[in-house]
Amino acid sequence: MSPFLRTAWAVFRKDIAVERRAKEGANALGFFALLLLFLFYFALGPDGDRIRAALPGLFWLAFILAGVLGLGRAFALEQENDCLDGLILAPADKGAIYLGKLAGTTALMLGMEVAFITATGIFYNLDIWAAVPRLLLVALAGTVGFAAVGTLFAAMTAHLRAREVLLPVLLLPLAVPVLLAAVKLTDLALAGEGWGPAWPWWQLLLGFDVVFLVAGLLTFEFVLEA
Amino acid sequence: MHRILGGLAAVLLALGLWVGLGLAPRDAVQGNAQRIMYVHVPAILTGYVAIGLVLVASVAYLWTRRAVWDRVAAAAGELAVCFVGLTLATGSIWGKPTWGTWWTWDARLTSTALLFVIYLGYLLLRSVVEDPERAATYAAVLGIVGALDVPIIHFSVEWWRTLHQPATVLKPQAPSMDPAMYRALMVNVVAFLATFAYLAIRRYRLLTLRAEALTRTIAGV
Amino acid sequence: MIEAIGLVKLYGMHAALRGVTLEVPAGQVLTILGHNGSGKTTLVRLLATLVRPTAGHGRIAGHDLVDGRDEVRRLVAVVGHSTHLYDDLTARENLAFAEALAGRRADAARIDAALARVGLDGQAGIRVCALSSGLRRRVALARAMLREPRVLLLDEAFSGLDPEGTKRLEDYLHAFKAGGGAAVVVTHSLGRALAVADRVAILAAGRIAAEATRGSLTEEALQRLYLGTTDATA
Repeated sequence: MSPFLRTAWAVFRKDIAVERRAKEGANALGFFALLLLFLFYFALGPDGDRIRAALPGLFWLAFILAGVLGLGRAFALEQENDCLDGLILAPADKGAIYLGKLAGTTALMLGMEVAFITATGIFYNLDIWAAVPRLLLVALAGTVGFAAVGTLFAAMTAHLRAREVLLPVLLLPLAVPVLLAAVKLTDLALAGEGWGPAWPWWQLLLGFDVVFLVAGLLTFEFVLEA
Repeated sequence: MHRILGGLAAVLLALGLWVGLGLAPRDAVQGNAQRIMYVHVPAILTGYVAIGLVLVASVAYLWTRRAVWDRVAAAAGELAVCFVGLTLATGSIWGKPTWGTWWTWDARLTSTALLFVIYLGYLLLRSVVEDPERAATYAAVLGIVGALDVPIIHFSVEWWRTLHQPATVLKPQAPSMDPAMYRALMVNVVAFLATFAYLAIRRYRLLTLRAEALTRTIAGV
Repeated sequence: MIEAIGLVKLYGMHAALRGVTLEVPAGQVLTILGHNGSGKTTLVRLLATLVRPTAGHGRIAGHDLVDGRDEVRRLVAVVGHSTHLYDDLTARENLAFAEALAGRRADAARIDAALARVGLDGQAGIRVCALSSGLRRRVALARAMLREPRVLLLDEAFSGLDPEGTKRLEDYLHAFKAGGGAAVVVTHSLGRALAVADRVAILAAGRIAAEATRGSLTEEALQRLYLGTTDATA
């Protein structure tokens, strides 16, 4: 394995290990998503039809809100004992650290998304199981794009007092294309539509992913070293 | 030198105002309300120019680490917010008599509003980060990411819904506008760009003077 | 090996370092003494390439601190106030991560040897959060040893260490010197300074106020020197 990949993998494994062992646990994100599920019901129910109609949007609202928290955690864990300095001092490619962080956050968010989709199917008695493979693909592509931009800004806001507010304020407007495309694709997946109408939206989403993955790989070292 | 530019900009603005409000023909459908286009369209075009300048200066700053580029980016960023904000305001004012509402969620207005928020965030980031070098670096990264996102936001929101007038100026073929209106519009575009250049230079010089004063105080240390 | 030429560091309007020039050849230890706020930690952070100087240059083994950052980081190990350890991972896992982060395959034998060298072979599998601060400092030291650095930067690394830990660190420093490494040791303690130094420098208000060779310097003489600088800057 090249040093670059070894570094990225090391950061990924470390983040997963720390998340699993941390007192709060990754469960906190899952519980938060579940809580949102209930909140949506209280806000939009008790008539299930309104919720069913809004489902794609609700999915991604939940994913993005929980995602902002997840991104914050990815760098909050580096604040203890100034571990961020440790990352800077390591003779490692900073782009690899970016990739590792991105992978860790994506994995965490995906876990939460899977739980949320499953819970939605159960609680609203929906037959979404046929759509699940496609839903997961959309979730993956959308999450990667969101995290690609998010990791940059999470690193920037990590040591600011106003970090909880500043991260969403900076990130969410930039992530709107992801929201639009992902909701549209989720909608098409749930409706069982073919790949035809979905294709331009896939192009948009994947294009976004590629552009910001590259941008992140190139600019992360500047953010880290600032 | 910039005084000449300032004078020129003032003259052009006055000319543009006269041409737009007086000389250009009245729109058949929208009446005099349409005249706000002579401010609205140049404003967004200038906004895009400002965003482009932020991008160039941000890349240059990360490449060379010279504070000059940071100051250019800061000046351009402020003006981007001003001109995009002006676009939104005039768009809203235009909308009331034309569509009967202060705000519609149509593609162009929505993506412009997003731009406004993004570059407002740019100014916010600069003000919140205390260490000047760190603020410059973070702002540069945001300046690049934001600019990259501009076309993506534009297309995604447009695909998502369309209500706005088709782009009469930025269409690849000849603009489908009355030639007299087109001329009036072009005069205003040039006037706005000149104003932007003048304001950007003045703002840049102010930031430079401030930086020089700081260096002098430090040298005394 | 370690060179600093007129290093200046400004934080906003506050001048942490006002022009520090020093040199540490290979095989020597320079101890730096000074009050809180004299700029000791800033100097270490500059030499470690954690921050960039506002003015002046620095070189480590010929590589510039700014332009040659990557090479400098390969050669330098820092043990400072912060341990840079992940509390939820064990000592062994922290070291394995440090190795993998640098792109190297984690060698269990080398990691265990480093932990043994600092006297932690029994506690290698314990999470860092369960270790005392002195033991955590030792884990950080083991990690530094693992990198086989040519330059060592110690910032108050002795504080919090029990006598056994102190002895192990001193032994390592001597072995490190003998192997041709150069070290900068920042400390509060005059006794500590004399125990490990080849040269002693006193930092006051961001500048080197006094310098002396260890030679036959006694603790009283050093104390007079130290207090002399504080009077000068008062």
